[in-house]
Parts: sequence; C-alpha cells; structure tokens
Amino acid sequence: MAGWLDPHESVAVALTVNGAPREVRVPPRRTLADALRDAGLTSVRLGCEHGVCGSCTILLDGAAVRSCLMLAVQGQGHDIETVESLADGDELSTLQQAFDDNDALQCGFCSPGFLMLIEGLMRSEPEAGRDRILEVVSSNLCRCTGAVPVLQAALDCRATSRRSG
Amino acid sequence: MKPPPFAYAAAGTLDEAVALLDEAGEDAKLLAGGQSLLPLLAFRLARPSHLIDIGGVQELDALDEQDGCLRVGALVRHATLERADLSGPWQALREAASLIGHLPIRVRGTFGGSLAHADPAGELGVVASALNAEIVLRSVRGVRTVPAGDFFRAPLTTAATSDEVLVEARFPTPGAGFRSVFEEFSPRVGDFAYASVAAGCRLANDGSAHDVRIALGSVGPTPVRALHAEAALSGSALDDDTVVEGGRLAAETCDPGAGDWHADGTYRRALVSHLVERALRRLRGGP
Repeated sequence: MAGWLDPHESVAVALTVNGAPREVRVPPRRTLADALRDAGLTSVRLGCEHGVCGSCTILLDGAAVRSCLMLAVQGQGHDIETVESLADGDELSTLQQAFDDNDALQCGFCSPGFLMLIEGLMRSEPEAGRDRILEVVSSNLCRCTGAVPVLQAALDCRATSRRSG
Repeated sequence: MKPPPFAYAAAGTLDEAVALLDEAGEDAKLLAGGQSLLPLLAFRLARPSHLIDIGGVQELDALDEQDGCLRVGALVRHATLERADLSGPWQALREAASLIGHLPIRVRGTFGGSLAHADPAGELGVVASALNAEIVLRSVRGVRTVPAGDFFRAPLTTAATSDEVLVEARFPTPGAGFRSVFEEFSPRVGDFAYASVAAGCRLANDGSAHDVRIALGSVGPTPVRALHAEAALSGSALDDDTVVEGGRLAAETCDPGAGDWHADGTYRRALVSHLVERALRRLRGGP
C-alpha cells in the first residue's frame, strides 16, 4: 500500500509539460497551478484560486481543466500543456493570431486561460458552433474586454483552421 | 487562499482506499476530481487531517447496464456521462451531467464526488432521487446500499459515515418505454441552478402516464420527490391542463423556505411550476 505523505513533506511528481518530462517537488497542499508557476510557467495565472475565474486553465491530457482545482500530486504521470506551447518560436498559433486580430485582450491577465480553454475545445469539438463556443467561453472571466472579442477570435480561428485544414 | 496542510496518500485499489480511510480516522476526506473539495479547502471551510486520493482507482470507473440496473461508478467524470450513449430511461442523467458547472469542471468532476458533496443545487442527486438509485457504500466493516431518498440528509451531509467510500450508484432499469428528462434554470450557463427537475414516466398506448417520477433540486436542503404531483399525474393523459396542474402541485408541495438573495422562495416555487410543466411536455412529446 502507498504510504502517507506528511503535510509538510515534499514529494517528486513526474509530469510531462509542453512535451518534455519535468519533475516538480511539492508538499501535498500545493496546487498544480502553484507547481507550474514555481517551475517558471508563469502564464498560468492565479486569479480567484477557487475555480471560478478560469485564468489558470491548462490542458490536462488534452482537455481544458482548472489547475487551481488540482493538487500538483494529482498530476503524477499526466500530460500538461500551457500557453507557452502554442507559439512556434516567434510565430503565433492560429488561435493566438486571432486574439491579436480581434483585440481579444487588454490587460492580458486572463488570456492564457482563455487560450487554453478554446484550444481544448477546438481539439475535442472542431465543429463546435457559435452557441457552443459561447457557452464554453463563458467558463472564464475577463474584466476588460468581456467575452465578445474572445468569442470572435475563437470563430475566426475555427474559420482559418477550416480553410487551411 | 492555498489549501490548509493535510497528510496525503494515493490509493491504487478500492481495498487500499477503504483501509487508508479507516486508518486515517474521522477527519480524513476522499479526493476524487476535487472540483468541490478544492474550493472548500481554499476557503478553509474544510480542514481535513488526511486526504486519500482515489483518482487512480480504476475499479471505480464503471459505467454499464446489466442485471436490471445501470451502474455508474464513483469516478465516472461528468464529461463522460454527458457524452455517453444514455437515452430513454437514462436521458435525465446525461442531460443533468451536461449542466454541471462549466466544461473544465466537468472534465475533472466525478459522479461520486457530486453525490457525496450533497450540495442542494447539485444536479446528479436530483436524478438519483427521481430514478430511485441505490448508493453503494463500502468500509472495512463491509458493503451496504442506501436508497437515494435516504442518502441525502442535509446540505453537504449524507448517510455515508466517515469511514465509507461511495463506490457507485445502481439505477434500477424501469419498465419498457420509460423515459426521463432533466430541466433547470440558472441565470447564466454554469451557475448554480435556482431550481431543477428530473422527471420520468412511461406512456401507455392510450397516452396515459404511469410510473411518474418527479424530483426537485435547489428548493430545500436535499433533493425532494414531488409525491403529490406524481400521484395526481399517474394514470392521466399528459394534456395541457394536466401538465400545468402537475407543475402547480409540485410547486405547492415543495418547501424552498425563504430562499436566498439569488432567488427567494416565491421565485423558486414559480420556477418549479414552470420547469415541471416543461419536463412533462417533453415527456409526452410534441408541443
């Protein structure tokens, strides 16, 4: 049987982060968002820290989840993607470019969360219609531009992907 | 805030989970998807001494129908239920799962976690109540099953004792032709519902409704069956007058209390009337 980990005892957690194996050391109470930020992936934003704002959204095994609602130890063996994985060098991804084109950000705090949320949706439901995209985009909060430019960016991204697909 | 400190262990099997829970004592909690527990920790509303992670216990992942019942394992994710081939008698389950929180919550959140959390606004408890689910609990002392009607005791309180693991729910397969639907109202997608309804029935060839089940959520401390409405509708054709009367009876006999600042009791009662009517119209088919 697996043993107990003491509250202040750190343990090594093996993750795959943006395609590369990565080990983080954390005590059990640290969230996955904490661990990723400590590992330098500061695109993972902590807004509310209780699963409401969605700014910490990442992809876990390809699906969008809130990294503040996972303990880092729960990430053991899982595949994690953050916004750092989207661009190819200086070249923005289709979705990132659509955000730029549509002014879908102002302060940018929530943008990594929105990008990973929509990235996850585009992979699992590439045919998602406007209503479905709007429903999913409503998972996250933006206090600058609101959801409309973000929705437009997602629609543009879908259209561009179809043309090039 | 960050979660308070706790000791942690990951269980690999159900036997391990049960043993760890017994060993850790009554202040321990199980961690599955964590979509309700992590916020409780962040708010410091829960300060468990130990967390036992059952996320890797594959035997809790069952979703199958055999021997006259649908078995939904504790670790089945809402996103899995939402996409599962569940229709006819089980449609309410799929519809309810699709309305839980937002998509990222449903990717992680689990069926057993939702039942064990026992939030009065939780969708799945309402479906469990309507479909007469039996909740299977296991501890070092053995296995027992608790009917959904006895499982929910108060907000965030169930019949499960501190050493019991919620293993699965078993939904008895209703008679042929039984269908179920789920309806709720929330001001925005993903918000807590102000009122919800799981309803089901079997329509005879003459159009009369039988085995009528109506369960209500968010209008009391636990899911509640609208027994008066069920009895009144039983044997009746679901014509326009009857579905309106069904909604009225369900609203009249539920007890939302004063409600809260989101929605007062009068408003919740009005929503129940409307949602029950809508559910019954869907069950009869047509407009």
